[in-house]
Amino acid sequence: MSAASTAKAPAYVANTKVGRITDFVDERVGGSGILREFGRKVFPDHWSFMFGEVALYSFVILLLSGTFLTFFFDPSMAETHYNGSYTPLKNVEMSVAYSSSLDISFDVRGGLFMRQVHHWAALLFVASVAVHMLRVFFTGAFRKPREMNWVVGGVLLILAMAAGFTGYSLPDDLLSGNGLRIIDGVIKSIPVIGTYTSFFLFGGEFPGTMIIGRLYVLHILLVPALILLMIVLHLFMVVVHKHTQYPGPGRNDGNVVGYPLGPVYAAKAGGFFFIVFGVIALMAAFFTINPIWNYGPYDPSPVSAGTQPDWYIGWVDGALRLMPGVLGDFHFEFVVFGYVLTLNVLLPALVPAGLVFTVLFMYPWIERWITKDNREHHVLDRPRNAPTRTAIGMAGFTFYCVMWAAASSDLIATHFMVSLNDVTYWLRALFFLGPIIAFVVTKRVALALQRKDREIALHGRETGRIVRLPHGEFIEVHAPLDEYKRYKLVGFESPVPLPAEPNEHGVVTRKEKRRAALSRWFFEDRVAPATPAELEASHGHHEAVEAGAGQKTLSH
Amino acid sequence: MKALSQKRRHPLAAIALLLMGLLLTGGLYAVATTVNEAKASTADFTASDTEEGQKLFEANCATCHGMGAGGTQDGPSLVGVGAAAVDFQVGTGRMPMQMNGPQAYKKPAQFNEQQTHQLSAYVASLGPGPAIPEAGVLDEQGDAAKGGELFRTNCAMCHNAAAAGGALTRGKFAPALADVSGKHIYEAMVTGPQNMPVFSDSNITPEGKRDIVTFLKQIESTGSPGGADLGALGPVSEGLFVWIAGLGVIIAFTIWLTSRTS
Repeated sequence: MSAASTAKAPAYVANTKVGRITDFVDERVGGSGILREFGRKVFPDHWSFMFGEVALYSFVILLLSGTFLTFFFDPSMAETHYNGSYTPLKNVEMSVAYSSSLDISFDVRGGLFMRQVHHWAALLFVASVAVHMLRVFFTGAFRKPREMNWVVGGVLLILAMAAGFTGYSLPDDLLSGNGLRIIDGVIKSIPVIGTYTSFFLFGGEFPGTMIIGRLYVLHILLVPALILLMIVLHLFMVVVHKHTQYPGPGRNDGNVVGYPLGPVYAAKAGGFFFIVFGVIALMAAFFTINPIWNYGPYDPSPVSAGTQPDWYIGWVDGALRLMPGVLGDFHFEFVVFGYVLTLNVLLPALVPAGLVFTVLFMYPWIERWITKDNREHHVLDRPRNAPTRTAIGMAGFTFYCVMWAAASSDLIATHFMVSLNDVTYWLRALFFLGPIIAFVVTKRVALALQRKDREIALHGRETGRIVRLPHGEFIEVHAPLDEYKRYKLVGFESPVPLPAEPNEHGVVTRKEKRRAALSRWFFEDRVAPATPAELEASHGHHEAVEAGAGQKTLSH
Repeated sequence: MKALSQKRRHPLAAIALLLMGLLLTGGLYAVATTVNEAKASTADFTASDTEEGQKLFEANCATCHGMGAGGTQDGPSLVGVGAAAVDFQVGTGRMPMQMNGPQAYKKPAQFNEQQTHQLSAYVASLGPGPAIPEAGVLDEQGDAAKGGELFRTNCAMCHNAAAAGGALTRGKFAPALADVSGKHIYEAMVTGPQNMPVFSDSNITPEGKRDIVTFLKQIESTGSPGGADLGALGPVSEGLFVWIAGLGVIIAFTIWLTSRTS
């Protein structure tokens, strides 16, 4: 801010040396203008708005720790014999990549810590991206004008997964090699181009001697560069659109209520970076992650029990585990023109993920088409106030979680002492039924919460104070809400189903009818917010009760 | 050499060659089978051991395994399973079995060392079978790196590369191997208890088994160099930890950071 106050005054000469240097720089780059603009940017305050920040900080930590690791990692698949300090692997034949990963872990000062920082930060990065997207979805923050930023966010999620997976494979240990083998199998199951693609990627038959070097280039160059580019786009759009805010008194689609970035938020954000860094550093110091020395060097013949990908790829692995090879007498593997078509790999690997990402990317446009809502929205929905959207989100979330759980089916079986087969059967059933159950339950819960809100808005909060009236009746005293709290409960939009409308030729098209049907499905179950008239009426009602009118009770 | 080449046309040459071939094959076969020979080794057991063992057996095991250990509908015959099998099953508390199920669970041993010894003596006396391993193969002085390779190739697919255990079908499982004595690990390999296959001496040599025991004991004593190992279960426990502990702590901080405003 001092820069701002010293700028744009040619005759002005600062008193101190620092001031004069600042002035010199400012006259040439105009930093104070930028600082003033950014410093005045207002951000609303809510804990759920900080997951994007967590993701950003995790990414910065990834870049820093990753750079350290590149100093010592050698992505070569040449054969060597381990000669480092970890004796259980002494003299074992392995790739240089694995050997250098072991050296980072045991012979480079601080190497193991940095490896663990990098890996924990990666897990936290994808997790915070995912939670951030869930927050954006359930509060309706993807609506106009933020649809494109939602798509950029989706691309960032995919890139984060790609960065994670390419990194997971680099140490060339048994675990990561098994993971690559699954990817190779999935690629090979793609009709016609599958085997060619696999040979192209691996430079010949799996595993070959090329793949680690290629993944390394993707991991440290292309994918992070794309992530950076997308982050820039993402943040640029946040600045252009301004931040959304939760509904509250004085907040509307035309303003942003909060504090300016400078100085409080800038300090808070800087501090928060170190909090995230500190949490990751503590995890890295006290909890081991990816103990590559346990797994041994990659060799296509052994497979370890409990071989799983990192959590963010788990759902795809889970889908593969859920897919039956044979259903009764029906085999999912066909021979077409002498070529094998293995649907039992192709379907689970591509269809659920394809479905989730297609719906994820399209959703803002789907909802916009159904609601015909072309207005800008800067005030968020509380999830309960958009019951159908919340229910759709929970259905998708459940779909994901069932597959996610399936990736750990073996550990569920051993740790809860149940049969692995039963776990698989249950999860197969939940794969289809789970989303439906989640949809119905969530929608009912959301509607019930809305009714509760309405009830509280109209009749006030239950105080738990029981009063006996002179004529013997007992009533519970309800305390009326203050205006601020009441606003939160009544100040929301509750759209009604939008019937089919004729187009400019006066024709109601089939598409429009479908839209109207979807609109009905979306909005037919609704709890309208309490209107001023109702509030007024209920207010009188209260006074009557408090005055002790005999017939009126609040026992509902 | 010249004499040999001159006599190669001798009328008896073909017979001599055949004889040599037969001897060689037979000899090799004999060597190969002795490697895998079941040893009745009752050497360590006294007659009174066997006698006491029989009494214990009849009181505690015969219900399922039958009088004379011939097996019943409820339990297999123990003739020829050897002392090693008894020492493993009884020594780890798996036998007597708590209840019928896909697999017997490990539990505190019901018999003391002497009684286990006597039971082993009795079962070993019924027929030749794998003996209790000698101290020499259990000295944990083998080659841990070789043992690790053997372990990853032969054992890790069920027991997990870090020996943390794993699931099998229909409620069966491969247990974690931490805190299992070298003797019991060795006995499990030679007898194949529960759902485990037998790793005979021609499959993994006694030297190889010694290496495996060495490897397992070494990774157990090394501990986890990177901090708490979260069960050594791999990415699942790591993912669970980052979601619950990592993100949980961060959410607590975000709530703290935003608690003072609006």
